[in-house]
Amino acid sequence: MNLTANPPVATPYFFYGLAAIMIIGGILVITRKNAVHSALALITTLLAQAALYLMLYAPFVAGVQIILYAGGIMVLFLFVIMLISIERTMKERQFNKQWLVGIAAAGTLGGLFIAVYTTTTKGRVLFPQGTVSYVEAGNTQGVANLLFDRFQGTYMFAFEIASLLLLVAIIGAVVMAKKRI
Amino acid sequence: MDAMLHISTLHYLVLGAALFLLGVIGVLTRRNVVIVLMSIELILNAVNLNLVAFSRYWQGIHGPSALHGQVFAIFVITDAAAEAAVGLGILIAFFRNKETVNVDEVNLLKW
Repeated sequence: MNLTANPPVATPYFFYGLAAIMIIGGILVITRKNAVHSALALITTLLAQAALYLMLYAPFVAGVQIILYAGGIMVLFLFVIMLISIERTMKERQFNKQWLVGIAAAGTLGGLFIAVYTTTTKGRVLFPQGTVSYVEAGNTQGVANLLFDRFQGTYMFAFEIASLLLLVAIIGAVVMAKKRI
Repeated sequence: MDAMLHISTLHYLVLGAALFLLGVIGVLTRRNVVIVLMSIELILNAVNLNLVAFSRYWQGIHGPSALHGQVFAIFVITDAAAEAAVGLGILIAFFRNKETVNVDEVNLLKW
């Protein structure tokens, strides 16, 4: 099935709506006093991003995003927020003394982004303007082929190393968080 | 108008850059360590969005099985999980010693 013959309906509106949700969620994450509110805003951002992954025909990454990020990592964050007392930090100043320098540095970085994204060589911008439509059939199989296949899997060794990284992270987290080992 | 209505890879890159900037502002200006860690998650997600968008563009050139960007996004998510676990463990140890989550108080290694 060729999607160019049967294009998806109202894609730009979904993109701009989800992008607006993500930006507003990100602003709420970095401005809220209460860390729980920040975490909830971050969960909204992550779910909108999962929807954007679906629009990019990456259903497996979207599923991993929802299960691992919104379901796993954010629950970890909420548990830690629950463990540490938040009443006192909410009365304190929320931004540090060098916030002006921080915003200036971020603005410089933003200027760099704008400069790179608007640079043209021979009348064309550096980054691709068009996308080609593909059906998502076989996406999960394709990811699994790259990750797990013994003969053509490019990333099988990296995948095993990632499991080692997770083991080190588990040990590190337990050592850090436990009072006496 | 056509550039507004035809969603290209560049749109996703601009959105990723905006999220990256929000994360950088959060890391540089907030005092609460939990929110600093959440801002790092925002940064990693911006990178992930770029990777998946480039993966889609790469698929348009090399066929539907060229999914390297998505595989990298999965690796980045793995890293984010490890980072969050260790970071929050350090945060709990820090809170137990100093009874605060203020990042300005983390000055043990400051000379």
